[in-house]
Amino acid sequence: MSILDIRNLSLRIGATDILHHVNLAVQHGEIVAITGESGSGKSMTALSVMGLLPRGAKPQGQIILNGTDILQTSEPDLCQMRGNTMGMVFQEPMTALNPVQTIGDQVAETILIHEKTSKATAHARAAEMLERVGLKVAPTRYPHELSGGQRQRVVIAMAIALRPKLLIADEPTTALDVTTQARILILLQDLVRDFDMGLLLITHDLAVVADIADHIVVMQKGRVVEAGPTPKLLSEMQDPYTKALFEASTHQVDLPGKTDVRTGSVQLLNAKHIVREYPLPRRTLFGPRPAFRALNDITFHIDHGERVGLVGESGCGKSTLTRAILGLEDVQGGEIRLEGEPVFTDHPNLAVRRKMQVVFQDPYGSFNPRHRVDRLITEPFHLLENPPVGAAREAAISKALQDVGLSPEDAGKYIHEFSGGQRQRLAIARALIIEPELIIFDEAVSALDVSVRAQVLDLIADLCRKRPLAYLFISHDLSVVRSVTDRVMVMQAGRIVEQGETEAVFTDPQHPYTQALIAAAPQLPELPHAIETV
Amino acid sequence: MIRYVLGRLTSLIISLFVASIVIFGVIEVIPGDPAAFMLGVNARPDTIAALRAEMGLDQPLVLRYFEWVTGLLQGDFGQSWTYKTPVSELIADRIWVSLPLAIYALILSTLIAFPAGIYAASRRGGPGDITIMGATQLGVAIPNFWFAMILVLIFAINLRWFSAGGFQGWEDPLQALKALTLPAIALALPQAAILARVMRSSLLDMLGEDFIRTARAKGLSARQALWRHAVRNALIPVLTIIGLQFSFLLAGGIIIEQVFFLPGLGRLIFQSISARDLIVVESVVMLLVFTVIVVNFLVDLAYAAVDPRLRTKA
Amino acid sequence: MSRNLIIGAVMSVFFVGLAVLSFLWTPYDIETLDIPNRLLTPSWENLLGTDHFGRDILSMIMMGARTSIAVALVAVGIGMGLGVPLGLLAAALKGSLLDEVIMRGNDLVFAFPSLVIAILITAVFGASAVNAIIAIGIFNIPVFARLARGAALPLWERDFILAARVCGKSATRISAEHILPNITNLMIVQGTIQFSLGILAEAALSYIGLGAQPPTASWGRMLADAQTLVSIAPHTALVPGFAILLMVLGLNLLGDGLRDLLDPRIRVARV
Repeated sequence: MSILDIRNLSLRIGATDILHHVNLAVQHGEIVAITGESGSGKSMTALSVMGLLPRGAKPQGQIILNGTDILQTSEPDLCQMRGNTMGMVFQEPMTALNPVQTIGDQVAETILIHEKTSKATAHARAAEMLERVGLKVAPTRYPHELSGGQRQRVVIAMAIALRPKLLIADEPTTALDVTTQARILILLQDLVRDFDMGLLLITHDLAVVADIADHIVVMQKGRVVEAGPTPKLLSEMQDPYTKALFEASTHQVDLPGKTDVRTGSVQLLNAKHIVREYPLPRRTLFGPRPAFRALNDITFHIDHGERVGLVGESGCGKSTLTRAILGLEDVQGGEIRLEGEPVFTDHPNLAVRRKMQVVFQDPYGSFNPRHRVDRLITEPFHLLENPPVGAAREAAISKALQDVGLSPEDAGKYIHEFSGGQRQRLAIARALIIEPELIIFDEAVSALDVSVRAQVLDLIADLCRKRPLAYLFISHDLSVVRSVTDRVMVMQAGRIVEQGETEAVFTDPQHPYTQALIAAAPQLPELPHAIETV
Repeated sequence: MIRYVLGRLTSLIISLFVASIVIFGVIEVIPGDPAAFMLGVNARPDTIAALRAEMGLDQPLVLRYFEWVTGLLQGDFGQSWTYKTPVSELIADRIWVSLPLAIYALILSTLIAFPAGIYAASRRGGPGDITIMGATQLGVAIPNFWFAMILVLIFAINLRWFSAGGFQGWEDPLQALKALTLPAIALALPQAAILARVMRSSLLDMLGEDFIRTARAKGLSARQALWRHAVRNALIPVLTIIGLQFSFLLAGGIIIEQVFFLPGLGRLIFQSISARDLIVVESVVMLLVFTVIVVNFLVDLAYAAVDPRLRTKA
Repeated sequence: MSRNLIIGAVMSVFFVGLAVLSFLWTPYDIETLDIPNRLLTPSWENLLGTDHFGRDILSMIMMGARTSIAVALVAVGIGMGLGVPLGLLAAALKGSLLDEVIMRGNDLVFAFPSLVIAILITAVFGASAVNAIIAIGIFNIPVFARLARGAALPLWERDFILAARVCGKSATRISAEHILPNITNLMIVQGTIQFSLGILAEAALSYIGLGAQPPTASWGRMLADAQTLVSIAPHTALVPGFAILLMVLGLNLLGDGLRDLLDPRIRVARV
């Protein structure tokens, strides 16, 4: 008998249909992955099982967990089941824990709420559980003293403290670095085997799915479009959406060769021995303030027309480096020059600044919500001595919008009228409008769904075809960097540990850290030809 | 933790220092010749000279400030010109009305606001919430001294449950508390309305946090999650408001004392203003500001008790 | 348009209308004393009755509305005019010495409730409505400065500000062009709340004699005069009290309504 059997689950919130006749089942010791893009209804399916739907949600159908229909169960009985028969792990480990309670207390609470044991026993069992999930810090610690990966282990310990029959994990590794992600996934697989529980894994990452799931459920707009055992589904996928999704995930960008072959004596960007430190709070009352070295002796260059990638995990100094290159912050050592001129000056040197632009990660935070598109994308005109006015300005706006696949009519709209992918196109339009020599893409596609990401990457390749374009592409996603760069640098703890031709680095990494990164990144297996003909 | 306390303590001392300079400047420098100012236009020159000597006005400004501050530190607030007694004695008599009144009101306000705010948040959108929020709208809008007059009209003049004013001292503590009850209610209710609103909105913020969902996933009921996880986190902004409110209760007490004819700092300060007794005004204002700053310091310490993040951070 | 907004706007407009009308017309002249007709209860002649000098209370309320609104409005103006730029400056220079000085200065002003400031000013300069304006206005400065800084700081972390910096724009220009428009809603809502608090504070200061002086009409002074008469002529105390209550209530409802309309996530500070 299945642990979980969802039959014909439909869900409405207010007047919106969220789920349509969803069917799926989870067996003992089995990992079932629900995958799909944002808005597919995968998280709502998980919350339905937990009985934690938002107010005003009206579910219909059956959710049979361990013989009980969740939808027919009263709230007090559901409280008995949550944490006991079923546990849940969430996406954001940074906010999932109560900041004012120790981690031991929070794990012990799961036990105390369901079983009549003494506090001492509960705490002892909590400590055991924290050890079981591989946490090597004392249970008396507070969440803010732990890293994201450690916090996620605490959340897992809380969810499995009573050995539930079903564990639901909603994007459990999305907020984590790839090496941490790999370890958490191994832990989850191990727990499933050890406790013989069912795991319902919700993730947008197909590589993770292919890697660890026994059974895959693909969802789109609230419907299950395809489901089946992993090897079978991967080799014989039928549904066009599933095929498109997998195609986008393994999307190969057709990057043209370098078009700018200027071989002047001056390099486009040249950084030499950069050091950037941030002061930390004093450890002793009157001692000197210790410093955190965010950038440690960084040396690299970018040639005209060169596409360079920068990979590294969070906290490695990528953002600090971005700010330093853009001349927004000074560095304590070394020098960054753009075509021979220093990028940081006390008063911004507009002549240097106009050669660089940037595209940020967050398609929602990159634009002032109170300005119209024409004003938003012409902001870089501030850098020009004689910015175009009147018809010339209109023409520049139309051209920039058309270059990124939008229409000139969009100039009069506000930013909230655009989707995430369109916003990233606008961000690229803003960067291109003054035709800079260098563009920095700072995690520019990381927040996008796979299919949209593929389109934006194609756009970048397309732009390279039309004009000489040099860029620095910063990302934590190895496969993306691999597909759009000529050369790559790997950064770890403020240092560049390896750099070289992209293909060479990926096929034959020299530094142990690069090797670990590449090994940790989940990969989709080679897909059969059926997909590529789509 | 020690670093946090020391940091707050340093900022307390700096605040007190700057506040004392501001007060000294306003009272003793801006009027030009404080002695002539205090005695008015018709004063005889020899009287002015006597006061000048007594106040030490012939000394340089810095020295006078220094002597004032050292005096304050030793509990010597100077000599009142109109009462001819040490200011410290005048204050000592009256602080035992004003301070208990403020504390009484703060306790009442908290006792009313916490349950009301928590109840309203836990029944969001329900009839209980709507009633409480409506009542707080009125409470926020009501001038406390007018509310005090209405209380006198109803409970002292019509129902005769309380006396309309006056205070007989602490020899009979019950009687004293009774005399302070109407003033404390008048002070507390409008503040309780504000505090209940803050408590409610802070709790609602917390209930939307991820860790509440985690707690629910562990099997806590909505109410258990509220009490065990939301309330303590919601206290952090609430503490700020409680700290600010204490200074308003202390200052507001000065006004309420007028309504109930209480012999507190309020009456002393108004008599001193009309008598132009700057020495008393200066000391009482310094005392009020001192209390506010110290209470804010205590609130900072309370933060650290509630929030472990502050204990380990600088 | 929420119900709060409509009710609040109607109530506020009503009192502002009374104040404006008082410049053109009041039922009676409040500077003429009419002792024989003192303490009359409301009637068709005197809709809200008369006070202990026989003055028409409705006329006094109209003139008093003028004082209340003028004092509170100017005090909000002072608070916003100085507080918002200071807060924006502190946010733009976050972590610098100037930021520290501005914020410490704010903390210090918070240690001086407006009543204490009024006491200090009155002790040296004497009591007046201007005194009330200054006292309330000074206290409003740190309210707006803190709020503006607090709202501006997260904006400075947003990518669109970084993009503007990449375009070489100065901190001043970014503050004016990007930060200010994004905190305007918050300032409008808080301004309404400070306006209502200003009405309350003016009434309190006038009540204890530190605000408007006779013959300027003021709701707070009317209550002070009514205090000894409350048992024989309750209407002298009830009418001005309800005027304050309704005006403040109206402004608060208006503030809540504006918040719901402009941005429901806005959190106002009420101190």
